[in-house]
Amino acid sequence: MSHSSSSPSTTERQESSENSLVPAKKRIGDSVFKGLSTGSGVLILVVLALVALFLIMQALPALTTSPDLLMQQGYGPFWSWVIPIAFGTVYSSFLALLFAVPVGMGIALFISHYAPRQLAQPLGYVIDLLAAVPSVVFGLWGANAFAPSVNTAWIWLNRNMGWFPPFGGQASGTGRTMLTASLVLAVMILPIITSLCREVFLQAPKLHEEAALALGATRWEMIRMSVLPFARAGIISAVMLALGRALGETMAVAMILSGANVINWQVLTGTNSNTIAATIALNFPEAFGLRVNQLIAGGLVLFVITLAVNMLARWVVSRRAAFSGAN
Amino acid sequence: MKKKLVAPLAIMAAATLAFSGCAANESGNSSSAGASDANLSGTLTGRGASSMRAAQEKWVADFQTKNPGVTVNYSPDGSGAGREAFTAGAVQFAGSDRALKDTEMGAGKFARCTPESNALNLPVYISPIAVIYNVQGVKDLKLDADTLAGIFSGKITKWNDPKIKALNASANLPATNITAVHRSDDSGTTNNFTDYLGKASTVWGQDASDTWPKNFKGEAAKGTSGVVDAVKTGTGTIGYADESATQGLDIADLKVGNEFVKPTPEAAAKIVDGSEKVAGRAEHDWALNLNRKAEGAYPAVLVSYAIVCEDYKDDKDAQLVKSYVGYIASADGQKSASESAGNAPLSDKMAENIKAAIDSIK
Repeated sequence: MSHSSSSPSTTERQESSENSLVPAKKRIGDSVFKGLSTGSGVLILVVLALVALFLIMQALPALTTSPDLLMQQGYGPFWSWVIPIAFGTVYSSFLALLFAVPVGMGIALFISHYAPRQLAQPLGYVIDLLAAVPSVVFGLWGANAFAPSVNTAWIWLNRNMGWFPPFGGQASGTGRTMLTASLVLAVMILPIITSLCREVFLQAPKLHEEAALALGATRWEMIRMSVLPFARAGIISAVMLALGRALGETMAVAMILSGANVINWQVLTGTNSNTIAATIALNFPEAFGLRVNQLIAGGLVLFVITLAVNMLARWVVSRRAAFSGAN
Repeated sequence: MKKKLVAPLAIMAAATLAFSGCAANESGNSSSAGASDANLSGTLTGRGASSMRAAQEKWVADFQTKNPGVTVNYSPDGSGAGREAFTAGAVQFAGSDRALKDTEMGAGKFARCTPESNALNLPVYISPIAVIYNVQGVKDLKLDADTLAGIFSGKITKWNDPKIKALNASANLPATNITAVHRSDDSGTTNNFTDYLGKASTVWGQDASDTWPKNFKGEAAKGTSGVVDAVKTGTGTIGYADESATQGLDIADLKVGNEFVKPTPEAAAKIVDGSEKVAGRAEHDWALNLNRKAEGAYPAVLVSYAIVCEDYKDDKDAQLVKSYVGYIASADGQKSASESAGNAPLSDKMAENIKAAIDSIK
């Protein structure tokens, strides 16, 4: 996958070495380094292939066992089990992105274009620090501090805005709802979006910015005309990276979300769609027999979803790269 | 560059070597008397129920102090994993939140037992499951099985429901919604709690299961601590959790027959005495049909079994199991564990039966 994006620079380098008049002397360092980097590249492919192989091998019994037998053992047919949690995975990640992307881009723009230098740097550090907080800490905080304290707000929202379908239903009594879990997820993916966007915004060509300002644009117009179009590919890849993190988040969701194996669009109730990763984490410790295969097959579905998201991101980025002037 | 890398690697390797030896021989500083045999040596491995993790840790520590030559390992990987491992012969004994079913029993099915030998199910760990709640202004809540099943299946939704009022005439019950909290992870606690609701009530209509029944609503929380926290911090909440983890919370009394019983160790231990053995089992197999309506006994109780062979292929296994499980079931062992795990010690009568069963192991 990384091949397509790195190809332009490699061909460039090869051309320049072919064009040089004096043939370069072969050095040991060259071949060692080439071997090392090729080896690393191959290694990651091998690891990925082994993971995929393991998932498929272990998942196979759950996929091939007849639904009747699964029913007998109390697990139910595979697809009707996995679809609600796949929905929950995508839904919670989507909500998290909905909250985190505007805020993350706002912080990044503030750091890169609005904040005075003395403030920008410490703020950047603080945001990066957020990325170092373990997810189990977010889980503990979310379940024991955040959920109880926002619960009254959720009940208010449910009572007064219940006509809006996602806020409808019977409000939760503990606050461990989809909305709470998504908000915590949003905080967790904020640093990814912020630091990537900040780097991209900082790389916007100074000449474009100055030209826009010279033509009489306000600062917001300058950002809209010269920074954002330039950064579009970077923003998209930041969002996709954040989405990958949100899709795979396990511990925090398992601890915060009051999940069930249902499809539910309502975000304030006590019965929420669980996520794949959280379901695996919750049920694996006591799993045995076919149940293990079933959970791993769930992992395979998550693997496929994540892979699809990443490939989509690569595709979007590569399509946009031509226009952005980033190369 | 190379030198810089080598030094930390060497330190790590040395540390790994140094620490890897420790874990197996760790022992507590308890000095309670147990089955002690200076000549006993070897490694005893068990796997199973995580509900008795704390108790097993205590027992292992006690036992290894008494018998320095023996290493006991108990991995709390879950009851199902334990039963599977015991059947396959991976471990000498299993811990399980339920006895082996008739279809799982049978001479020759267990890899470590002789072909003629069946398995023995010995109840060694009894722990009351408390019904905890958090409702403003309500103390000393009293519930019966039908009401509790109605609450947890979502049929009773308000705290001032007439059915709750009928049992708590003097209580000032608010009109708030009931939020019933259950375990989101598979658990033996859920299994025993749903078993109680299924057997003692007329409205539950579900078999006992490790997983919460899918069609019953309510909120889910992870692990015992998750349920306790959700009940503590929520409004109008009710949940169930191992009694030892419920300090500082209001606990409901459950109705059995005509009286209301609190989840005390004594009341919990009574259920084992008031229950019949599963029909058709060998003399020394104590698989029980728990009588969730036994007079004077607290009905929501988790009973965990040690599963062992009647006759081990290897006499050394038999010797180790007899000695270790013998200690677990002894009065000292039960008392020692209850200090840290909060379980209900076996009654004298049951302890005697188990001792006879352990003596019969070959």
